[in-house]
This record gives sequence, structure tokens and C-alpha cells, in this order.
Amino acid sequence: MSELVQRLIPEFERWKERYPAGFEGSLTIPCFRRIQEERGYVADDDVDALQAYLGIARTQLDEVLGFYTQFTRKPLGKTHLQVCHNVSCSLRGAANLVTYLSCKLGIQPGQTTPDGKFTLSTVECLASCGTAPMMMVNDAYHENLTPATVDALLAEHSA
Amino acid sequence: MSDTTTTPALSGTKFFMNFPVTETSHSLEAYRARGGYQALEKVVRSMQPTEVTKEVSASGILGHGGAAFPAGRKWGVVKLGDNQPHYVCMNADEGEPGTFKDRWLLENVPHMCLEGLIIASFALEGRHAFIYIRGEFDLPYRRMAAAIEEAYAAGLLGENILGTGFSCDVVLYRGAGSYVCGEASAMLASLEGKKGWPRNRPPRLTVKGLYQRPTVVNNVETLANVPVIIGQGAAEFRKVGVAKSPGTQMISISGHIAKPGVYEVEYGYSWEKFIYEDCGGMQGGKALKCIIPGGVSTKILSADEIKGVTLDHLTAVAAGSQLGSGGMMAVAEGTCMVRLLQVIQRFYHHESCGQCTPCREGMGWMDRVINRIVRGEGRPDDIDRLYHISNANDGTTICSLGDSAGYAATAIMDHYREEFEYYIKNGRSMYDGCLTVEDPFAGAVAALRGATANATATAGAVA
Ligand SMILES: Cc1cc2nc3c(=O)[nH]c(=O)nc-3n(C[C@H](O)[C@H](O)[C@H](O)COP(=O)(O)O)c2cc1C
Ligand code: SF4
Ligand code: FES
Repeated sequence: MSELVQRLIPEFERWKERYPAGFEGSLTIPCFRRIQEERGYVADDDVDALQAYLGIARTQLDEVLGFYTQFTRKPLGKTHLQVCHNVSCSLRGAANLVTYLSCKLGIQPGQTTPDGKFTLSTVECLASCGTAPMMMVNDAYHENLTPATVDALLAEHSA
Repeated sequence: MSDTTTTPALSGTKFFMNFPVTETSHSLEAYRARGGYQALEKVVRSMQPTEVTKEVSASGILGHGGAAFPAGRKWGVVKLGDNQPHYVCMNADEGEPGTFKDRWLLENVPHMCLEGLIIASFALEGRHAFIYIRGEFDLPYRRMAAAIEEAYAAGLLGENILGTGFSCDVVLYRGAGSYVCGEASAMLASLEGKKGWPRNRPPRLTVKGLYQRPTVVNNVETLANVPVIIGQGAAEFRKVGVAKSPGTQMISISGHIAKPGVYEVEYGYSWEKFIYEDCGGMQGGKALKCIIPGGVSTKILSADEIKGVTLDHLTAVAAGSQLGSGGMMAVAEGTCMVRLLQVIQRFYHHESCGQCTPCREGMGWMDRVINRIVRGEGRPDDIDRLYHISNANDGTTICSLGDSAGYAATAIMDHYREEFEYYIKNGRSMYDGCLTVEDPFAGAVAALRGATANATATAGAVA
């Protein structure tokens, strides 16, 4: 049994106050988000515990975890860099931003550095097109990136 | 503080960008000082639900989520007093590439969005309302979460709002990364805790929506307009903009534009004036090649095609496109349109939910064809093939993602066929595959590559 889920259940219970009755299923995504926030990924144990708590079919839970790009079933690097490579960012240098990060970190998009410090990903538009090129560093948006600001971010998160 | 908070000057009426943005201008106190929540007071104290919907209909406001559907008509479908719950859902999933105006509204006028949502719930006899906000949003989420708590504390949400007996709870619901969840029926599936698959209509969502109950889904900007409409009345609202597109549109502009950002534009404004004067023309003084008017799902227009065109829905349609979500992207002369289409197609392929065969198979196929053209391995009939796949999607899919991908591709090929022919014939781009005017990382990448090359050369010499 996932101790993490047991610990979070009182919090999940409080969320219910603002939902209409019968909306238990709706808690699936918020619960997974919260679990991942704590653990960094969603473990099999967590899915079992959530299945028991929400009473939702395992297949539906697995489908949800597979469908949404923000969910991950395995640990990522300590710092997750997500570079937008959609149209506006491409028009402002996203491709070379990805190359720059790849060179600096020695990994390709989709990979994690051997020391477990960084995972590099490319993602679609993050609604930050006017301040391109941009990336998310964990939860935070970093915009109008330049080699200098990227170097500073890498240094900050290498520590 | 986010860069999107800067408010560029532009003439015309402003409903949203009419105050100086400061560290606290998004708060309840500041919003109230600007007249905020007076429309809600008026509604709950002196109006009947049907009167509210009538006013919204009379305003002529068209939805700001992309399809420009009349909001009043959507609300009018919901049958009041039918002894079942009704829900209103604010679509804050903002994922259409090029669009970042809802983010401005959520960050800077969260209470105005919320006031619109509460008024909509009153009009539709909803007890619970939802805000579906995209999972990646951080500051917009925190601003909206704080606004909701302020509203509860001030008696503007919850039981017995302003002592009138009207009650409404709001759930702020974060997505988890999926473009297609911006589509209204997919959004409701997601809100039920399922994967975000769109579904066929009928039944309409206003008849059977969230958990099979009548549900209205409106875009953030549509709802943020509601306090304006109720506050000043439909007749006053209609004085802004043009007859068939009343009001203003929040336009987010990006790409090769000198002054990217969010601008509030009164409908009917000159497109050229907007691009060349307000937004300062192209980066580096380049010439404009084409515009993607309202998110990648709208057809591109060449620089010539926007000449003399005004920014309103009918005129944009007459010019051959749509204003869509207001996500405008400017592309400068010298850009490789084949590679641009590659970026767009990669996006659609990634985001197709896979439910409809033409979309699932078509997106993958188009992606492969474009990739081989870009690798220099294009075949003479690949252009026809891309048209064929695009046309197979038209009208055969559940949601419009499949259609839109096809339109985007055919519009680019219609305009720039010679670039595709050249690429296929010569195995390389007519414009060296260029996508940027100024590339902040080009120099650094060249230096890194030079260093690696040098290191290899030195290592080789030593060995
Ligand atoms: C693939 C797809 C993605 C969409 N994404 C969004 C979105 O991010 N935000 C939005 O408001 N509408 C989006 N829409 C449109 C919604 O389905 C819906 O029409 C809209 O939210 C209704 O609001 P409105 O009537 O106020 O415009 C999308 C539609 C499709 C087909
Ligand atoms: S058109 Fe594409 S994205 Fe839309 S429902 Fe069908 S498969 Fe899914
Ligand atoms: S295209 Fe990169 S944030 Fe929109």
C-alpha cells in the first residue's frame, strides 16, 4: 500500500467539498498530479492505492496516466527542462536552443544525464510564444532565453 | 513577473487593457476599485436568469475560443428549471499554438474572468462551475487560485452570494498536458477523470455535457466580456467594434514581429496598421511573407492578402481565413515554408488523440512525407500525396483537429507550391531551411560545434 497516498487522503477529502456529489472520478487527475508532485513520478503502488480509494477501474487509471504528457511512470532528472519547439519558438531559434542544451548536457531530448541531474524534453506550445524562445525549468517558465540566461539556469540547477 | 504583462499602446476601446499593470493590480481590492463585481451585484440583486442570457445574446458577442460561435445562442439552448444540475466550464486550456492571450487575462484580470463565470452560472442556473486550466500554467494558476479564495472570503462565491440566496462553488481544475483537451467535449471527459477523447455531436454539450448534464463551455475571454456586457448593457457594448463582430479581441502576436505581445484590438481595426505600426513591422526590418491569423489551425494569408483587410470575423473569412483564437504569427520573407509545415505537422501528429482513423493515420503519414522531403528524399508525387491525405480528413473526423491540420497544410502548399517543388527536385530548401530572422543561439551553437570539431582534430593529431 502506498504510504504516500495514505498520507495525502485527508487532503483529497478536503478537495471534495467544492465538487458536486458523485464527482469522485473527477479527482483522478488532481490526485495523480499531487502524487507526482511529491514522488516525482507515479509508482505502481500509488495506482493501486488510488484505485482502492476512488473505486475506479484500473484500466481507466492506466489510460489516464498514458494519455496525458505531464504524467510520468518513472523518475526523471532532478531538473526537468522542457523546451517548446512549436511554430513561434521555432521562428525564434528553438532548434538551436535544443542543440545548445544537448551539447552542454551531452544528452538528446528524451534523455536524462547519467548523474540524474537533468532531463531534456521538447514540448508543444506553452502559450509563451511572444517571449520565445522559452523553456520550462521544472514548474517555472523561462522566457526570452539567451545563451547567458541558459548558462545561468544550468549552473543554478547543477548545484 | 511575466513579460506578457506589458500593455502596448494602441488606439480604440479597451475592456481589459485599460489600467496600469502593477504588482497588485490583479487583486480583488484593485479590481473592485476599477468597478469590479458591480455587474455581479446587479445580476444577483435585480435580474432574472433569462434576462442575463437575453442581454448576452443582444450584445452579439462571438466566442473567443476559436470558432466564433455566438455565446448567447449557446446559453439559450440550456433549458432552465428542468430539475437537473447545469454546469458552466471556463476553457482555460489555451493550447492553440501562437495563442497566449488567455494567459494575460488569467494573470492580470483573474477576477474579471471569475465574475463572468459566476454570472454565467447564475444565468444558466448552475450551482457548480469549473475552470479547466492547462496543466503547465503556473502563474496563471496561482493568480486564479488566489482570486477564487479572495472571492470566497468576500462572499462572492459559495453559499448565499451577497446574501441573495444564490449559491455557486467553483472548482479550479488543472489539466495534465494535452492539446486536444481544449476541445470542449474532450475537456469534459478530462474533467470526469478520463482520457481526453472528443465525442461526436449530437447530443450537444448544452443538452448532455459533464456527467450527462447540460453544460456550457466558454473560453476565458468570452466569459471575461460578460461583466462588461452586463455592466454597460448590450447596446453600449455594440457601439464598440463592428456590427457583425461587436467588441474587442485580444490578439497575441508572435513570430518574426518586432514587438510581440498581447494587444487588445477593437474589431474593425486595420490589419496593416496593426502589423506595420502598432507591432513595429518585422524583426530586423524584413518584409512580411505571410501571417498565420489565429493559431496554427487557421489558414495562412500572404502579405498581399491582408492589404486593406480589417480585423473582424467576416472580413477575415472573406480574405480566406479566420481570426480563430487571436493567436497571430508573423513570418518574414526568407523563411522556408517546407520546414515551417514540418513543425506544424509534427505538432498535429503528436496531439492527435488517435480515435479517428483518418486523423490518426493521416497525421503520421503526413509527418513521414514531410520529414522525407526535408531530408532531401522527397518523391515527385509527394505534394499530391499531402493534398490527398489532407482532403481525406476533411469532414470525416470527430473533432476539427484532423480538418485543421489538413487546412493548414493545403493553405501553405497553395501559397508556396514552388518551394515544395524546389525542395523535392533539388533535395534542399530554397531558403537554406531558414526559420529565424535573429537566432540568439546560432553563434553559441556554432562555437560549441567548432570546439568539438577542434577537440576531435587535436585528439586525432595526438593519436
Ligand atoms: C483541438 C481543439 C482544441 C481547442 N482548444 C481550445 C482552447 O485551448 N481554448 C478554447 O477556449 N477553445 C479551444 N477549442 C474550442 C472549444 O472546443 C470550444 O469551442 C470553445 O472553448 C468554446 O468557447 P467559446 O464559445 O467561448 O469560444 C479547441 C477546439 C479544438 C477542436
Ligand atoms: S480528429 Fe483527431 S484529435 Fe479529433 S477526435 Fe479524431 S483522432 Fe482525435
Ligand atoms: S510556440 Fe513556443 S510557447 Fe507558443
